[in-house]
Amino acid sequence: MTINPEMKYSRDHEWVKEENGLCVIGISDFAQDALGDLVFVNLPEVGDAVTAGEAFGDVESVKAVSDLLCPVTGTVAEINEELLDAPEKLNEDPYGAWIIKVSDVTATEDLLDAAAYEAFCAEA
Amino acid sequence: MGSYVPSTEEQRREMLEAIGLKDVRELYRDVPESMILNRPLDLPEGKSELEVRNAMTAMAAKNTVFQTVLRGAGAYDHYIPSIVKYIPAKEEFLTAYTPYQAEISQGVLQSIFEYQTMIAELTGMDASNASVYDGATAAAEAAAMCRDRKRRVTLISATAHPDVINTVRTYCYGTNDELVVVPAKDGRTDTEALKAMLNDGVASFYVQQPNFFGLFEDADAIAEIVHAAGAMFVMGCNPIALAIMKTPRDCGADVAVGEGQPLGMPIGFGGPYLGFMATTMKHIRKLPGRIVGETTDHDGNRAYVLSLQAREQHIRREKASSNICSNEALCALTAGLYMATMGPDGMAEVANQCMAKAHYLANALCRLDGVKLRYDGAFFHEFLLDMPKTAEIEKALMEKGILSGLPYEGGMLWCVTEKVSKETLDTVVSVVKEVLA
Amino acid sequence: MKLIFEKSVKGRKCDILPKLDVEPVALPENLKRAVAPHLPEMSETDVSRHYTELNKQVHGVNSGFYPLGSCTMKYNPRIDEEAAALEGFTSVHPLAPKSTVRGSLEVLDTLREDLCEITGMDGMTFQPAAGAHGEFTGVLLIKQYHDSKNDKKRTKIIVPDSAHGTNPATAAMCGYQVVNIPSAPNGCVDLEELKKVLGDDTAGLMLTNPNTVGIFDENILEITKLVHEAGGLCYYDGANLNAIMGVVRPGDMGFDCVHLNLHKTFATPHGGGGPGAGAVGCKEFLKPFLPHSALMEMPGRIQVRGFMGNFLVCVRALAYVMTLGREGIPEASTNAVLNANYLMQKIKGTFTPAFDRICMHEFVLDLSGYEKETGVSALDVAKSLIDYGMHPPTMYFPLIVHEALMLEPTETESIETLDWAADVFRTLYELGKTDPDFMHNAPHHTPIGRPDEVKAARNPIVRYTFA
Repeated sequence: MTINPEMKYSRDHEWVKEENGLCVIGISDFAQDALGDLVFVNLPEVGDAVTAGEAFGDVESVKAVSDLLCPVTGTVAEINEELLDAPEKLNEDPYGAWIIKVSDVTATEDLLDAAAYEAFCAEA
Repeated sequence: MGSYVPSTEEQRREMLEAIGLKDVRELYRDVPESMILNRPLDLPEGKSELEVRNAMTAMAAKNTVFQTVLRGAGAYDHYIPSIVKYIPAKEEFLTAYTPYQAEISQGVLQSIFEYQTMIAELTGMDASNASVYDGATAAAEAAAMCRDRKRRVTLISATAHPDVINTVRTYCYGTNDELVVVPAKDGRTDTEALKAMLNDGVASFYVQQPNFFGLFEDADAIAEIVHAAGAMFVMGCNPIALAIMKTPRDCGADVAVGEGQPLGMPIGFGGPYLGFMATTMKHIRKLPGRIVGETTDHDGNRAYVLSLQAREQHIRREKASSNICSNEALCALTAGLYMATMGPDGMAEVANQCMAKAHYLANALCRLDGVKLRYDGAFFHEFLLDMPKTAEIEKALMEKGILSGLPYEGGMLWCVTEKVSKETLDTVVSVVKEVLA
Repeated sequence: MKLIFEKSVKGRKCDILPKLDVEPVALPENLKRAVAPHLPEMSETDVSRHYTELNKQVHGVNSGFYPLGSCTMKYNPRIDEEAAALEGFTSVHPLAPKSTVRGSLEVLDTLREDLCEITGMDGMTFQPAAGAHGEFTGVLLIKQYHDSKNDKKRTKIIVPDSAHGTNPATAAMCGYQVVNIPSAPNGCVDLEELKKVLGDDTAGLMLTNPNTVGIFDENILEITKLVHEAGGLCYYDGANLNAIMGVVRPGDMGFDCVHLNLHKTFATPHGGGGPGAGAVGCKEFLKPFLPHSALMEMPGRIQVRGFMGNFLVCVRALAYVMTLGREGIPEASTNAVLNANYLMQKIKGTFTPAFDRICMHEFVLDLSGYEKETGVSALDVAKSLIDYGMHPPTMYFPLIVHEALMLEPTETESIETLDWAADVFRTLYELGKTDPDFMHNAPHHTPIGRPDEVKAARNPIVRYTFA
């Protein structure tokens, strides 16, 4: 399992990175491994409000569906539409395959840095 | 009496002993004593197979079997080729469950894949599901798949089958969504009213083609109006008419649904029938119910599986858009079988014969005094006549073994299929003439 | 094998219809199809052979043991098929005058009376086409009842976490918020958890009893009483009725409405996924809310599908109930329970029952320990059973048991079949310890191996593409 040192992590296994004033959100390598081969991603629409701790979409494997929980509160500025046709990117390159970018962030969950997240995953 | 229990008394004792019990009543020790039914069920004694056969035959004999059925209104008496009756009775097709275990269900899965392909071909769409309960529930499910967070209102034409309108209304009542009926004008959807009723809260509009009165709607114009308002267009189609009629895809529909009963199912006092649903690739993940997909096994052999299951209730639970589980698989198999038996030419022939014979009867009846078409315009195999004495006509035809058109709002809604000969139609005309004389 | 389209030969056909005997009428140009649909062109021999070949690749109840938990795969009697094929039933139009359909009405009235007696209900509709459709109808009875009292605050339906997926999906389709409550360690309703969520926002509770782990909830009277005291109604999911017919009735447990799966409990065939029939019964006070049908003379406000329902399925169910009668109905249930307990007893000692106690008509094996030890999963065992000619049990359900296999033998299996099945389980139990790889790759003797479901879902191919 890899942990990208540039990201911060939620306890629900989403990663967060700041980029050009936006919060970029994806799922960790740990998450994609636990979810198995992903076959579809349900994304929000640009302009939707998202709330920290609440679902902003979900990912499907063949036999399960899992909510994507948002680590921040704000407004969806961009969605990665490429994932709609190629959900396998989440498995192949979890830190490259971002899911949404959020603007106007007003609240953020208490996030873990890479080291703390590694320890958190080790306990899980 | 039979219960299909193979164990003998002695074997049951042996089994009880193995479990460590003395009496079958001990199997129910978790059931509170006060609740146990302390009397025999108030049912007749069980019967032998021969007695059951006789009793059921006697009941069936209390129904009137009409040699000719001129009543449609959602249930159509087409000819069912002999092979179409026999094959679905094969015991494996008949008694299997939903094909969850692909390795021992390729027969069912492939039959559904073939059915999906044929429905897609008929409708011009990319994708069909494996069926829903009937045409009315297909319309209701289509309305649900068109709704999103912002667009919640469903519009439906007053010219749709009343069962469809009622069923869609009931499903909307379930989710607390609004259904608005768009009025009719001269037997067709009032497109001016439709325009006025569309807004950015409207999710979809449903029209039936041909409609409840048998008339063809101007589907192309409706598609344009609906899409201009940003809503989705759902067409409910007669599958026999689709053999010759412009496809919903070509008319601009986003979802095509319909009652599949005409494709080889008996009218059977209302069921089982078959709801078909098809859409474009864009909306495939919003289709409810089972969908069979093609894939390969680990050796690269072509294989079929229940696919896209994460849309469904057993995985998505309260977040699923539909609760459908069992569908009408054997009816879908029957429909596929019917279409394969008839072929493209045979299907077109059925449609053309229905249409020609319906026009023959309509013309002949309209030559009688006091009889006229209530609405002008092109129709398929049903037509609504304004005519007096409908009760007398129904009765007089019944005496000849003919089920008349449906008495409807002071007139009669007639339907003619390929099964009815010219000779019979002439008899109908002379009987009606006599009643009206 | 080839698809039907790959066997099609241009110009080939079956001779079915006579020539048109009236003047043809053409469709107006603007209504015509642009191109004919690609449908197969075949001789009748081609059609017959094709479907016979497909039929060989289907495992039905007649093919072999089918212990698919929760689905009640009992034998489907042929006499019931024969009854449903009588012309007096098949050729009746749903909108024919009442005086000409007295036989059909007698079928429905008799079946209604019998099933009301079996369930302890007062009224029943046959309109729903399947179990989930029955659930939808039943919960709409509850919704209409609260609406009729103008009681708008009841927005929640309570569902235990062991429930079938259709229960929460149904509640959502009826506009309710779903409140999932965790089960007690014995798989039954946890009374304390129930009390916590009951209130004046409770519309009702949906429950299967016996529940999905095959245990009869002994607190059932207390449960329904608590729900009623909170002002809610109780819905009985009849999926598991086969355990208790003639012994105890949902109506006597305090339930207000119930659906029955005629294609499970009443032996009508599943047809590879349908058609079924989901009769819904209710107590007297809910009768005014039962569905009607637009073009038939019936009272009522809601309608869940066209016409009366899957009538020909009801004919089969009536023939079945008539055959069993007063004594046969409870005999079927007690033997279903006896068979389940016997099979569990024989398997015990190898795979572990999730709840080691007297069960009802089905039981759940918990393979999580075995999986840790051998790496062989419930899926591997299920797929291995196929090679022995057995249909696998229900897998990975209920969700509250990990690595679950749920077995429901039904009453129509003999002791010889159950002994054989237990032997197969024992053989696989040992095999998993010595040759797990063999089981990971099972089945070995089927026309195809395990299909690649990920590929199917990522790139959906859902129809044949014509060259």
